[in-house]
Amino acid sequence: MNIPDNLKYTKDHEWVRVEGDEAYIGITDFAQRELGDIVYVEVETVDEEIDEGEVFGTVEAVKTVSDLFMPVGGTVLEFNESLEDAPESVNDDPYDKGWMIKLKLSDPSSVDKLLSAEEYKELIGE
Amino acid sequence: MELKKVPLNDIHEQLGAKMVSFAGYNMPVSYTSLLEEHKTVREAVGVFDVSHMGEFFISGPKALDLIQKVSSNDASKLVVGQAQYSCLPNATGGIVDDLLIYKMSEEKYMLVVNASNIEKDWNWIKSHNSFGAVMEDQSNDYALLAVQGPKAMDAMQKLTDVNLEGLKYYTFEVDEFAGEKDVIISATGYTGSGGLELYVPAKSAENVWRKVLDAGEEFGIKPIGLGARDTLRMEMGLCLYGNDIDDTTSPIEAKLGWITKFTKDFINSENLKKQKEEGVDRKLVGFHMIDRGIPRKGYEILDMEGNTVGVVTSGTQSPNLGHGIGLGYVKTDLSKPETPIQIAVRKNQIKAVVKKLPLI
Repeated sequence: MNIPDNLKYTKDHEWVRVEGDEAYIGITDFAQRELGDIVYVEVETVDEEIDEGEVFGTVEAVKTVSDLFMPVGGTVLEFNESLEDAPESVNDDPYDKGWMIKLKLSDPSSVDKLLSAEEYKELIGE
Repeated sequence: MELKKVPLNDIHEQLGAKMVSFAGYNMPVSYTSLLEEHKTVREAVGVFDVSHMGEFFISGPKALDLIQKVSSNDASKLVVGQAQYSCLPNATGGIVDDLLIYKMSEEKYMLVVNASNIEKDWNWIKSHNSFGAVMEDQSNDYALLAVQGPKAMDAMQKLTDVNLEGLKYYTFEVDEFAGEKDVIISATGYTGSGGLELYVPAKSAENVWRKVLDAGEEFGIKPIGLGARDTLRMEMGLCLYGNDIDDTTSPIEAKLGWITKFTKDFINSENLKKQKEEGVDRKLVGFHMIDRGIPRKGYEILDMEGNTVGVVTSGTQSPNLGHGIGLGYVKTDLSKPETPIQIAVRKNQIKAVVKKLPLI
């Protein structure tokens, strides 16, 4: 299982890559394996300011649909539009090509309480 | 409640299958990728373990009388070596279960029922057995392997002397298969891609599974999970009990009129005959999504003005088509093919269109 050390994680199996006061969000290798073949990522919240824990979109595998939750509060700046045509990037490359949204953090210090790679590994029993 | 295990449980786990609880059984939902598994069945051949299904044997001089009483199709039309799709109507207009009925010999039939309904079906049939037919539940004695796909017959031929290409759809033979005696070799399936279903004595399951995989290797055989079984059957518009049909849906509403024969008297037949003659208010239809969105069980179906006209009972992204497909009940006046409808997907109304079955 690939759990990069340089990212932050949530118990909802999302990852966060912080770049200054902005952050990229996606789902973890563990999450994509659990979901199976991903066929659709729907994000209709670009330009909206969303609180931590609220839904910013949905990810659909062949069999299931799952909500995507904001790991931290912020304004959604961008949706990874390459996922429109290639949702399978979330399976193939969850931490790079499979990123889902870029956001402007409401409070940059809010990322401090996210899980480290070590803590996330423990959560999923790795 | 502890999950029941099929005879091949350990083999699935060794293969790295993702296991899920289904109808009280620990079952493989996928081995590698659902999309790959789906494609394997459509283009080559795959093998499913569906040993959770139930097998009842009904025998004796009154066996047919009992079957005719509880089932909707006309089992008197069966000849030995032939199988029939049927359903068990309840007394209130719904369906107890759908099933296959095999005529094993003049006075012996096998009923193959859904795993989730084994106990319910058994009790239901038993409660109508005023005929004194002999009933045996052999669900735990049989494993069931479905070998499905356009290459299934070719791939399996070396395992049996039965001429598989010559085995007509919905017929079967009881013969030696993979060195095991008394295997029911049936030209049936739930995928629309052709192939066999093999009813194997439980103790022989592992041997048959391994030989099926070996024999199929040169044809690209793969083990297939229940996930792909569901997408394959949805593309064909085949009903799944608990989704598209249940205790509250009538066979006429579910467009199972073709297995509801009024050539005989059966449970609730008078009421169903009336439904057939007078028409019903809602019908089960298949549909394609026009705009992007994936229908799921329980989503509302709307007319073009946005009024609720029904509900989705099964839905997925079709692996073959690459867009959403589904089944659901709609008001009868919207059930004609090519009628535009909408599906409520979260907060959006997504355009869809009623389609003839199969959906691919």
